[in-house]
Amino acid sequence: MNEALWAGFEGLLLGVSHLTLGHLVMLVIGGLLLYLGIRHGFEPLLLVPIGFGAILVNIPLAGLMEKGGILRTFYDAGVLTEIFPLLIFVGIGAMTDFTPLLENPKILLLGAAGQFGIFSTLLLALALGFTRPESVSIGIIGACDGPTAIYVTSRFAPHLLGAVSVAAYSYMSLVPLIQPPIMKLLTTEREKNVVMAPVRKSVSGRTKILFPIVATVLTSIIAPLGTPLMGMIMLGNLLKESGVVARLKQASEQEIANVVTLLLGLSIGATMQAERFLKIETLLIMVLGLVAIALDTVMGLLFGKLMCLATRGKINPLIGAAGISAFPMAARVAQTEGQRYNKKNYLLMHAMGANTGGQIGSVMAAAIMLSVLRGLGIG
Amino acid sequence: MTEVMAPMDGKILHVKAKVGERVQEDQTVAVMEAMKMEIQIVAPVAGTVVEIRVEPGQAVDPDTIVAVIQ
Repeated sequence: MNEALWAGFEGLLLGVSHLTLGHLVMLVIGGLLLYLGIRHGFEPLLLVPIGFGAILVNIPLAGLMEKGGILRTFYDAGVLTEIFPLLIFVGIGAMTDFTPLLENPKILLLGAAGQFGIFSTLLLALALGFTRPESVSIGIIGACDGPTAIYVTSRFAPHLLGAVSVAAYSYMSLVPLIQPPIMKLLTTEREKNVVMAPVRKSVSGRTKILFPIVATVLTSIIAPLGTPLMGMIMLGNLLKESGVVARLKQASEQEIANVVTLLLGLSIGATMQAERFLKIETLLIMVLGLVAIALDTVMGLLFGKLMCLATRGKINPLIGAAGISAFPMAARVAQTEGQRYNKKNYLLMHAMGANTGGQIGSVMAAAIMLSVLRGLGIG
Repeated sequence: MTEVMAPMDGKILHVKAKVGERVQEDQTVAVMEAMKMEIQIVAPVAGTVVEIRVEPGQAVDPDTIVAVIQ
């Protein structure tokens, strides 16, 4: 009788006896993500489910990430198959207004320039000993575009998914802190004060409808492996601009996006198991992710300076910083910083153009990387 | 007379200046919202506000005159 009671009592303590230091550290990290999301409003829609997922998966013996476990089921169904990030892209497309970009298409170049940090970081990661697929996944953090980073990483380095996603989303929320010092450092007083003429809406409804279709066909022919990403974002945008499928547009940007965000966040959190996450490479990924975003900002600004020169001072280089994706955060930073230096400076709409260009740029950058890896016989 | 124009498409949130008020250059005349961001619309020159042509909640674009300063 006593033995049975003791065995039962031991059963109750099994969880505690299997708790390791690693689990405890991860519980604290999960709590920290929740704190950042809830208390400081850093990307709460993602950090809250990610943080809670990280806590759930580090409870000993709970088995949520074992075969048949609920989080493993979400992960296998949505992340491994790449369905979750692609559905998020439909929602992003439905929410994005490409008008500022269409009003001033040359600003797309800033969106392209804002992706060069990705490639520099890739080389840096290779030099630090990461494999090619891992380096691509780390470099893509610089796109400052969570779903793209998740899509590429789930395809090539799923074991890094937790670290890459946490880095991508943490830095996305820190864009207002990361970018301003770089913007200040790299532009002259004269450049900071360039006042840009207001963006006037002259793009026709027909152009807005044709844009997602033409952009999909053109970019997909150039980089076919990026078709799922570009196709989904442009599908969402077509739902918005066509004006005839309001229900689908609303479902894409609200119901579907909300459900998928929850499941994606939980699945990402679930990859943060102590034995996989607590490694020196996670720390390196966090550092490299920061480098990638800083370099992208630098390249966007430098290209902005070049455009300022080429247009004889008609473009304020500060909008170059919005060439990284991080939509619409980076555009807001450009507006805030522009008005800090010159109260009469209203850069928001111009920066939105660069920012949406950055979204296209980050998807193209991912597509190019996927093609290069395919060429190398990987993936 | 100097017209204070809305800098972009959006919606007026508050009008800060009053008719007859003397404003400095770069002083906020009104606050608008665009892309879920608050934007200060400032006086391009110093002077006296002689006319306010917008009200809170009103949609504006770059052709909208917000106020007139003399």
